[in-house]
Amino acid sequence: MDNVVQFENVGLRYGTAAETLSDVSFTLFPGSFYFLTGASGAGKTSLLRLLYLAQRPSRGMVRLFGTDTVTLSRERLPGFRRRIGVVFQDFRLIQHLSAFDNIALPLRIAGVKEKDLRKPVEEMLEWVGLAPRADARPATLSGGEQQRVAIARAVIGRPEVLVADEPTGNVDPDMAVRLLRLFEALNRLGTTIVVATHDIHLMSRVERATMMRLDKGRLSDPTGALRYPPRPGDNVGWKAT
Amino acid sequence: MEGNLIAMWSLIFPNAHDRRLIPEGRLSGPMPWVVAIMIFLTVLAAAAGLAVRSAAQDINADLAGRVTVQIIEANPDLRAGQYAAAVNLLRDAPGIARVDPVPDAEVEELMAPWLGGDAGDADIPLPSLIDLDLAGRADATELERIRALLADAAPSARVDANANWLGPVFDLLSTLQWLALGLVLLLALATTAAVVLSARSALKGHQDTIEIVHLLGSTDKQVARLFQRRIALDALLGGLVGLALAVLVILLIAAQARQLGSGLVEAAMLGWTGWLLLALIPVAGMLLAFWTARLTIMRALGRAL
Repeated sequence: MDNVVQFENVGLRYGTAAETLSDVSFTLFPGSFYFLTGASGAGKTSLLRLLYLAQRPSRGMVRLFGTDTVTLSRERLPGFRRRIGVVFQDFRLIQHLSAFDNIALPLRIAGVKEKDLRKPVEEMLEWVGLAPRADARPATLSGGEQQRVAIARAVIGRPEVLVADEPTGNVDPDMAVRLLRLFEALNRLGTTIVVATHDIHLMSRVERATMMRLDKGRLSDPTGALRYPPRPGDNVGWKAT
Repeated sequence: MEGNLIAMWSLIFPNAHDRRLIPEGRLSGPMPWVVAIMIFLTVLAAAAGLAVRSAAQDINADLAGRVTVQIIEANPDLRAGQYAAAVNLLRDAPGIARVDPVPDAEVEELMAPWLGGDAGDADIPLPSLIDLDLAGRADATELERIRALLADAAPSARVDANANWLGPVFDLLSTLQWLALGLVLLLALATTAAVVLSARSALKGHQDTIEIVHLLGSTDKQVARLFQRRIALDALLGGLVGLALAVLVILLIAAQARQLGSGLVEAAMLGWTGWLLLALIPVAGMLLAFWTARLTIMRALGRAL
């Protein structure tokens, strides 16, 4: 099976500080579901930023869809970014745009015509339970609603890889489960999902997910034993050095 | 063809939905007013340059073939004899379109401001003048030919091209034209600097939006389109205001100048090509702003990942 993401001995350093990520190596396969966990400051967000091409590593190799992205020219980055959906921890919605326009943004950037994007955006609004709030600006939405808009925006373009940083942190348990089901549905359609979360109960709800644990910038827990309760075969689909 | 034009347009200008990514009005700020001032000054400088050019061309066209023959002879009888002989010779000579003997009274009138009203009665000998319009330009060869023609019959004749007397005036007019061009270029430079600052400020003010759309897969060109359109429109708006004010000032000055009734001032009036050039200045300003904004934004974005 071809991999969609491959990290080899990746290190990330901000300025002259100590490395935030050190010697991180792993491989993600298409159609797999991964949870990334670790204590605050362990480097989860930094690792995700490398995944969604917000950053290049200080060292090591990062391959996405079979292409080395460390040496990839800037001109080619947008094409790769469009294949990755991102749910940011702080949502990063555009404040002066409505929920509808925020969700439609990836489609518009990809050049989808207006007449073709209305239906999928409305369906997505329906799915995340925000159809009545389509015209609302983010400032008038609750934290949970904003998070749902952010998730809808991340998945609307049917990305090959979905990266979510604490995607259920601001929603009630029912909505968290519902969003997880959305991720699983996407996963079944072939999207590789990477969810950074502290929510151990959430992790236990996805049967076929694989665990990745970061500890002080290094990938650990190759057995997936963090899963609660642990299940056999949790570490399939990835390898840690 | 039409499809290609639409595609080209969409490459440069964002559609209505994309435009909403950058809130309308936020970029406005002082930009249109700075551009209005710059275009106002540019139009005035350009109008001055064009007017001076027009005057220089007019004078040059008038004087290009004009020659004055002076009979400088203290003895009035000799002077009169040489004068008459010269007129006859010149009238029969080829290459001379018009021979216009200047009456003594007119010469006296010309000298009156310096010699007083009774210049003709004074003992000061005044030269006799003959104005000539040559068929071609009054170049050195032509002047030499006329001198040779008059050498025997009017040895006291002095032949000068009128354009030579006005050499310093042409030099001054030329300097003024260069000065106007220099001012236009300096103002274009200042406008460019204002646009660069405005574009940088706009980028800084919308950094979050830019980062988000970048991470969602937007290209630098897509981001640049959002700003360049707004900046170009601001520049066009400011430019039109500047042009309107400058045209008012030019018309006012032209009306006052006409009252002077001076030939030089009349010659310095703008023709329709001049007005057309002035009208194109705001468009040039808009294009300058558009490309400056685009290059500034593309360079700034190029420094980010």
